[in-house]
Amino acid sequence: MKKMNILKAGQRAVVCFPLGKAAGQELFFSGIIYVARDQAHKRLVGAIKKGSRLPFELKNSIIYYCGPTQTPKSKVIGSCGPTTSSRMDEFTPLLLKHGLKGMIGKGNRSKEVRDAIKKYKGTYFITYAGCGALLSKYVKSANKVAYGDLGPEAILKLEVENFPLIVAIDVNGRSVYGED
Amino acid sequence: MKEIKAVEITKAVIKLVKRANFSLRNDVLLALRKAYRYEKNRRAKTILKAILDNTAYAKEENLAICQDTGMPVVFVQIGQDLKISGNLKAAINKGIEAGYKKYFLRNSIVMDPLLRGKSGFSPSIVHMDIVSGNKIKITLLPKGFGCENKSQLKMFKPTSGLDEIKKFIIDTIKSAGADACPPYVIGVGIGGTADYASIMAKKALLIKLSAKHSKLEEDLLKQINKTGIGPMGLGGQTTALALNILTYPTHIAGLPVSVNISCHALRSASVIL
Repeated sequence: MKKMNILKAGQRAVVCFPLGKAAGQELFFSGIIYVARDQAHKRLVGAIKKGSRLPFELKNSIIYYCGPTQTPKSKVIGSCGPTTSSRMDEFTPLLLKHGLKGMIGKGNRSKEVRDAIKKYKGTYFITYAGCGALLSKYVKSANKVAYGDLGPEAILKLEVENFPLIVAIDVNGRSVYGED
Repeated sequence: MKEIKAVEITKAVIKLVKRANFSLRNDVLLALRKAYRYEKNRRAKTILKAILDNTAYAKEENLAICQDTGMPVVFVQIGQDLKISGNLKAAINKGIEAGYKKYFLRNSIVMDPLLRGKSGFSPSIVHMDIVSGNKIKITLLPKGFGCENKSQLKMFKPTSGLDEIKKFIIDTIKSAGADACPPYVIGVGIGGTADYASIMAKKALLIKLSAKHSKLEEDLLKQINKTGIGPMGLGGQTTALALNILTYPTHIAGLPVSVNISCHALRSASVIL
């Protein structure tokens, strides 16, 4: 476990599926994450309820609540910080039930989400909120996967390297924000 | 009579779009640096450093400070001795549209609040005011919605005590908690009508953070920073950087209080033509 220091985050760090860490722990993640926010969640849940095929393999995946700016020329992605996670709360338990393992966002979650995280052994991470420019440094590639008509809310597949995370709710449902 | 062409206004707005989205306001930057120096909580300090690094990186790389490039809110003060040839509102929105496209910002605006649908860059919200003189002042405030969502309005009774009002303001911040990107800047509007209190709350975000504060503002800020919410809601003494209040006369039957929260990425830029 490396001590978090975003300033020197260019260094090679933990490359593993970041589950099983305790709430409050900091880590860097390298791998694949899927960008999806409000409208994409509504569609994903609609597709599950109808029994249709999902645009990406939900099982063991990580979703990042984000809507990046447009991509400037010569960049992989624009500014891409986290959006408020609680807006996705109503959709999250069903996604966890269908195999979602990790979520990245900002802010607290509902009790229902916390319970579902514990039940389905998921993890909720937070990352530097309001630091979208800085976070774009850790994105190595970005590709549209589905729902292009949603514009900034389309589902993207990102390959990230040393993306800074803090475990906010761990597999045991323990939260860094407390459990009232 | 002095005359200005609408096209000049469009050009000025395009420049404001860049300034407001790529570089943080100097007073906000100074307040963040000060908070970083004084913050004792290790994690809070790390987060404040990341926020400062983000603003430097955004400026250097011509990237938006935050991916939420906001609902553009435009405050216009028009001198009554100035003639504008062309459509002022259209000129402003044309500048917003062109600037947001040019600088690869986010198309966050849906045309129908209920049907939603495809998103675009405009329209902005335009607040116009006629003032004396022959100049025009345009201020752009790109307002992110993570924090806008946590803003609140309450219509108090005229007999309500100051303690009730203070509690409402502090509770609004507590209910925003970690969600709206603390450390916050808080604008409060007291008096007028429901709509006017809310405009004042938003306008209060334009006041320099280093401006002289009243006892009430200082007291509220102190109490808010005692909540321990801290940067990203993970604890610390820096929950808000500043709180500014604007007031206006009101009706004998009422006492409107509106609280508008800004995230730490409080961005705005002004120009006088």
